[in-house]
Amino acid sequence: MLTTIPQSRTFKLGYALYVALFFLYLFAPLVVVGIFAFNDSQFPSPPWRGFTLDWFLSSTGRIGIFHDDGLIGSIGTSIKVAVAVTILSLIVGTMNAFLLERAQFRGKSLLFTMMLWPLVIPGVILGVSILQFASTVANGLEDRFGIFIDFLRPGLPLVVFGQFSFIVTIATLVIAARLRKFDMTLEEAARDLGASRLGAIRTVTMPFLTPALIGAGVISFLMSFENFNTTLMLVGSEAPVTIRMFTQIRDGTTPVVNALSLLLMLVMATAGFGLLLANRGGEARRDSG
Amino acid sequence: MSVAALPSEGAGRAGLRLSLILLLAPALLWLGLLIILPHIQLLALSLKVKLGPRLYETGLTNYTEFFAESIYWSTLIRTAFISIAATALTLLIAFPVAYYIAKMIRGRRKNLLFVLALLPFWVSELIRTLGWIIILRETGLISLGLQWLGLIDQPVELLGNDAAILVGLVYTSMLFMVVPLVTVLDSLDDTLVEAGYDLGGNGFAVLREIIIPHAMPGIVAGCIIVFMLTLGNILTPALLGGKNSLWFTDQIFQKFIVRFNWEQGAAFGFLLLIVSSLVVWIGLKITRQSLASTMT
Repeated sequence: MLTTIPQSRTFKLGYALYVALFFLYLFAPLVVVGIFAFNDSQFPSPPWRGFTLDWFLSSTGRIGIFHDDGLIGSIGTSIKVAVAVTILSLIVGTMNAFLLERAQFRGKSLLFTMMLWPLVIPGVILGVSILQFASTVANGLEDRFGIFIDFLRPGLPLVVFGQFSFIVTIATLVIAARLRKFDMTLEEAARDLGASRLGAIRTVTMPFLTPALIGAGVISFLMSFENFNTTLMLVGSEAPVTIRMFTQIRDGTTPVVNALSLLLMLVMATAGFGLLLANRGGEARRDSG
Repeated sequence: MSVAALPSEGAGRAGLRLSLILLLAPALLWLGLLIILPHIQLLALSLKVKLGPRLYETGLTNYTEFFAESIYWSTLIRTAFISIAATALTLLIAFPVAYYIAKMIRGRRKNLLFVLALLPFWVSELIRTLGWIIILRETGLISLGLQWLGLIDQPVELLGNDAAILVGLVYTSMLFMVVPLVTVLDSLDDTLVEAGYDLGGNGFAVLREIIIPHAMPGIVAGCIIVFMLTLGNILTPALLGGKNSLWFTDQIFQKFIVRFNWEQGAAFGFLLLIVSSLVVWIGLKITRQSLASTMT
């Protein structure tokens, strides 16, 4: 079973057909979601009742996505959370990367293994463990000292901490992988030319890390934006878009969620291709230069 | 000279120590406050037994209740079985595709197909599940298509059963199986496969004796990740399995958020964590790998 090994025509054709069917299966649900955003019906389901842009634009009777303040607000909430998670993950991830790649200390390999734990703990468990821990601390402070700390109660700050708790592992791995490839003599050269330790890191090492920081940033943002399991356990009254869409789909919804999904897919696709092109441009420049 | 050099060397070492502490601080805060202490607290909570308002004793009641009530343990077993089935199906569907991408095509087309296989997973699980709802619901595409073909004369509801959950879980797990499989099959030397044929093996023998043994680390890695993610999934069973999906994560959610019985919920959470970790641990033992080596 290789290109170099002769196979019967039927086998080759059958194999190609299977792979084609696989890709049909991969994309069918997404295409279906997109198509039914334009269905002139109250429900996101067949039969097809004609083409309409109501689920995007309408503001009277049917509420299109551009006039659905609840859904738009929830997107804003998700973006706020994702930005916070991304910034936190990049800062802590970078420090972790330096710790793992540069520092020598006892228990380092144990620390590294512990950093990987969040990836093998189910998201629901991460959520409930942080939920009850924060509540216990909040209750303790309240009972003993009469201090009320709001951010330890279910709400956006806890959502940020919950998502950060495992996304930072991925940021750490991405940044550390790049830092490992860094040629230390460059930093030494900068020091020889009179730069301070931090100065050399800022002017030489950090620019080298930029592609990894961008990559880790995009992954962190996406993972936060799309997170459901951990968020569900920690969310308060202000719901991010995944939670809101979940409730709406579960309880029955109009095709407005299809319209929103289509827009999100377009944004993702644009961002994804942009990143791919930027990466390719960067590599080409590096190759020629 | 040596006397003069000492203090500055001492200062340098102190500086290094300080920067080490500064670098360690965020990692320790993160792991301590968000991972370790919460899980210790979760364990402690699961061992608390409520006697009355604000009155607790330590005991295993939350766990014994789990084993005494058949609805609880049967749900965990059911969840584990469906997760195993989903993992096996994902592997069966993904393997030929991964082999095709890794070995049957080359160059630009190969890269394109690989990227294409990853693309749907940039979209949130919620949107993908919405697609399956539209396809499977009573007024959905399959039901409509079958009526149009004249195979059935009544609309058929395909949501709200185990098969629907399985379809959603397999779909959502595909990426995590395809990527490790393509990676591991890519590293298989073509000449080994050719040698297998030259030595008189047929396609099946080559697959069994050469390809699958070589792919084993990727197969195990993919299976561990997929099993872990399906076991911990809460979205897909809730949306495709309907109100009585009887999924274990849903019971944890019910205990914590709906019934506010945190002690019992904590015990359930710990049981899920144990099952999940056990599978990861066994998988690592089988392949003789460590967590660190599989992740980097």
